[in-house]
Amino acid sequence: MDDQKTIKEIEEEIVEEFSLFDSWDDRYEYIIDLGKKLQPLDEIYKKEENKVKGCQSTVWLVADEKDGKIFFKAESDAVIVKGLISLLIRVLSGQTADEIINAKLEFIQQIGMTTHLAQTRSNGLLAMVKQMKNYALAYKIKNSTTI
Amino acid sequence: MSMIKDAVIRNSFDVHAIREQFPILNREVKGRPLIYFDNAATSQKPQVVIDALTDYYSNYNANIHRGIHTLAEEATAAFEKTRDTVKEFINSETREQIVFTSGTTESINLVAYTWGRQNIKEGDEVIISAMEHHSNIVPWQVLCEQKNAKLKVIAVNDDGELLMDEFEKLLSTKTKLVSIVHVSNATGTVNPVKEMIRAAHTVGAVVLVDGAQSSVHLDIDMQQTDCDFFAFSAHKLYGPTGVGVLYGKKNLLESMPVFQGGGEMIKEVSFDKTTFNDLPYKFEAGTPNIAATIAFKTAIDFVNKIGKEKIREHENELLNYATGQLKQISGLKIIGRAKEKTGLVSFVIDKTHPQDIGILLDNRGIAVRTGHHCAQPLMQRFGIPGTVRASFALYNTREEIDELVMGLHKAVKILV
Repeated sequence: MDDQKTIKEIEEEIVEEFSLFDSWDDRYEYIIDLGKKLQPLDEIYKKEENKVKGCQSTVWLVADEKDGKIFFKAESDAVIVKGLISLLIRVLSGQTADEIINAKLEFIQQIGMTTHLAQTRSNGLLAMVKQMKNYALAYKIKNSTTI
Repeated sequence: MSMIKDAVIRNSFDVHAIREQFPILNREVKGRPLIYFDNAATSQKPQVVIDALTDYYSNYNANIHRGIHTLAEEATAAFEKTRDTVKEFINSETREQIVFTSGTTESINLVAYTWGRQNIKEGDEVIISAMEHHSNIVPWQVLCEQKNAKLKVIAVNDDGELLMDEFEKLLSTKTKLVSIVHVSNATGTVNPVKEMIRAAHTVGAVVLVDGAQSSVHLDIDMQQTDCDFFAFSAHKLYGPTGVGVLYGKKNLLESMPVFQGGGEMIKEVSFDKTTFNDLPYKFEAGTPNIAATIAFKTAIDFVNKIGKEKIREHENELLNYATGQLKQISGLKIIGRAKEKTGLVSFVIDKTHPQDIGILLDNRGIAVRTGHHCAQPLMQRFGIPGTVRASFALYNTREEIDELVMGLHKAVKILV
């Protein structure tokens, strides 16, 4: 990939892509398509410690650090959640810890998907975002103490 | 012959007139008319019930059982009228055996914390089934752990029916309590509680029946079934949330220690000694949900006026129609195919996750429930993460089921 775009730039791209859709049907069809295209997680990663538990669907999240940037891989058993995961990974993966911790993720509301991060959806997505930020924080602390 | 009977029943049950009494059915969701198929979670309320709540707060709100002024007397009278109505509704021997709680869950916990703590000893056994709602599992797990007692589980077959011969085998003189759901909220299975009560009594065990779903769909008769404890909620029965009932046999309720301590449930309080009130007040500490309890009567009256049997016929017709239509969707499997079923249909569709189906249906204004329905052990038994559940009420129609089926076809097309 070429120069890493900032979180803000990527969010703007996504909002623009979604502005092309008029109906809920189209929006969801696109998200489902993204979900189907999401790279599946290797089976070895699908273990308890990587599970982010939701009430109704499961999310597995794996984080890795390289050259001061944090990279995420994730999967879910529900396809709409997978689609939203792919957007979140597009925004947050490959960014620095600070940028991830501070990301407000306003694009979610702007594309009309806020309910998916609401408590009631219990789909692990909200927990996953929290977990991504926790990983970022953990890497940040780890790196600041090894200097 | 039965076609004529069906027509007669349908003609005497005017679903459109009924729908007009439910204001929420006018609303839209995502730009389409609301189709509400989550009645097993909670029912919608007719205007009369909504009015009863407003009427109370507007005209005679006061604390009950305590005051001597006019408002207090009016509120108390209305509150106690509900107790009489509930007594008739479930054919309880006396009104004192009707204890108001906050709902089915609290009713079950009340029994676990009072009768349970008093009567379950080390080595005793409590029997529940594999299809129970968490509210009828967890209180017993907690109790058995505290008392070093054993929790036994009646298995279910692939159709979601209880294995009655397994139940007979589990019963022994060690069994002190059988706690069983009447109608499963996950599969709609109707359990033969009368027979189970009889069998449990032969070994001297007491039976609690979870009537959260059954109180809406089936006729409930405490005396006819010889039930020891029965728990149900108002909010599934077109009444408000926040109130439910525990029925108990008189000798049991009288022998049980108190649950929550406080006002109302006492006779006299001093620092030397406190004496407790008679039934049912012994178990009704504090200020109850007065408005909801009063409106509960309105809901029961509403149901009785239309006629439970007529409602049941309508719902069963919907269930049969829905089942027939759903079976035609390729890849769809119905979860819960008991011979005796009522009120709902749960299903899974090949290569799809229930949550995705639920979200896409919601986009079309259709409300169903997805997930494990607070019955994780049952889902584990069937080896699935959850189901999609459509549950019916007296205001649902065939046309709504057609929309559901169309919505499912569209969803499957996008997802698979």
